Amino acid sequence: MRSPNLLRHAWAVASKDLLVEFRSRTAILSVAVFVVLVLVVFNFGRDPTAVSNLDLAPSILWVTFTFAAILALNRAFQLELENHALEGLLLAPIDRSSIYLGKLIANLVFVATIELIGVPLLALFFNVLVLPYLAPLIAVIALATVGFVAVGTLFSAMTVRTRFAELLLPVLLLPFMIPPLSWAVLATGRLLAGRPLSEIAGWLNMLAVYDIVFVTLAVMLFPATVNE
Amino acid sequence: MLLAEELRHSFGAVRALDDVSFSVQPGQTLAVFGPNGAGKTTLLKVLAGLIQPQHGRAQVDGGRRAIGWIGHQPQLYGQLTVRENLRFWSSLYDAQPPGDLLTRLGLEEHADRPVRALSRGLVQRVAIARALVHDPTVLLLDEPFTGLDRIAAEALSRLLARHAAAGRATVLVTHNVEEGTGLATHVAFMRAGRFVHFAPRAGRGPEQVGEDYRNAIA
Repeated sequence: MRSPNLLRHAWAVASKDLLVEFRSRTAILSVAVFVVLVLVVFNFGRDPTAVSNLDLAPSILWVTFTFAAILALNRAFQLELENHALEGLLLAPIDRSSIYLGKLIANLVFVATIELIGVPLLALFFNVLVLPYLAPLIAVIALATVGFVAVGTLFSAMTVRTRFAELLLPVLLLPFMIPPLSWAVLATGRLLAGRPLSEIAGWLNMLAVYDIVFVTLAVMLFPATVNE
Repeated sequence: MLLAEELRHSFGAVRALDDVSFSVQPGQTLAVFGPNGAGKTTLLKVLAGLIQPQHGRAQVDGGRRAIGWIGHQPQLYGQLTVRENLRFWSSLYDAQPPGDLLTRLGLEEHADRPVRALSRGLVQRVAIARALVHDPTVLLLDEPFTGLDRIAAEALSRLLARHAAAGRATVLVTHNVEEGTGLATHVAFMRAGRFVHFAPRAGRGPEQVGEDYRNAIA
């Protein structure tokens, strides 16, 4: 009976977070502006005769997503500090892992929205074809995003009650982001270059393993991170 | 219904709870009075399971599902309406908010307003409604009258009296002897993490309890 309740409570937390964000729209707008700004600046700052678009685009795409995700992750538990709502969540008779899963779902929706804005802009500014490789590109983006958002959501809970939460989160998170990001950059580069799917299968597998390992670990560790 | 045995807890060198033991039976209301920093909020957090005590144990019949909490902070989301807040919190308890809850607290006309647009007194009333959405059998109250106007304070007192009359337990902590005494069946005075007095109120009014408090704390 644990799973249906776990998922139902997780969805209650996630839908509440998304409703709060929909009402304020402050975080999503600031992150969307950030993504557009970064892609525009890189577009005008690059020298197409020195480095080809195909070599540059994957790195820029993932740098943009990384910083946008960190901005999003910073606010994930800040929301619960307002009026001490986190205490109310901890007091509720729910599996504390459902709080984590709810936050993870809300963060994934948030970051996916940013990625939906970023990918077409990348195709536009960098003149790279994404439509022929859309399905595998979505798979790469989804697998990499789940991995670093899963770790980021856990660290966001760990750092939110510290004095330097906004500084600590990226410092803690970046080492854990390096593996999925490097696999995602490599896979994205091969895809956009029109290489066969068999060349990225290994990275997709590693991203999937990373997701399974870190989502499982985060679900198990989360209850200990929120104890007072 | 509620049992605390030899509770001890420290934050660094500061001893917040020092060998606190008591029990609260159905229908009883324990008012704990103490100055700021006496350990009152820590005691409530231990009873609620928010803090694991370093020694001793606290037990509430029915566990976390049985507890309603009203603290210093309303634990509400400012962007959501009163109704959305109550719906969210009740969903975590797999409960439906009682139909007359908003009416009892005078919140019906504010139900579809965002919490951030409400006055402090109204927000405190919503916090009380939030604590009652799952019909708790044990209420833990931390300075519950703070920010309430006279009408809201009276409404809260009526709710607490009805709660006790239904055979349910309440633990109320406050530094204000006048506002807590009338509701209490038992009173405790707390100083530096210890209960220096714990006894039935036995008909004592606020003035007598206040004098006893000053003598015990001095």
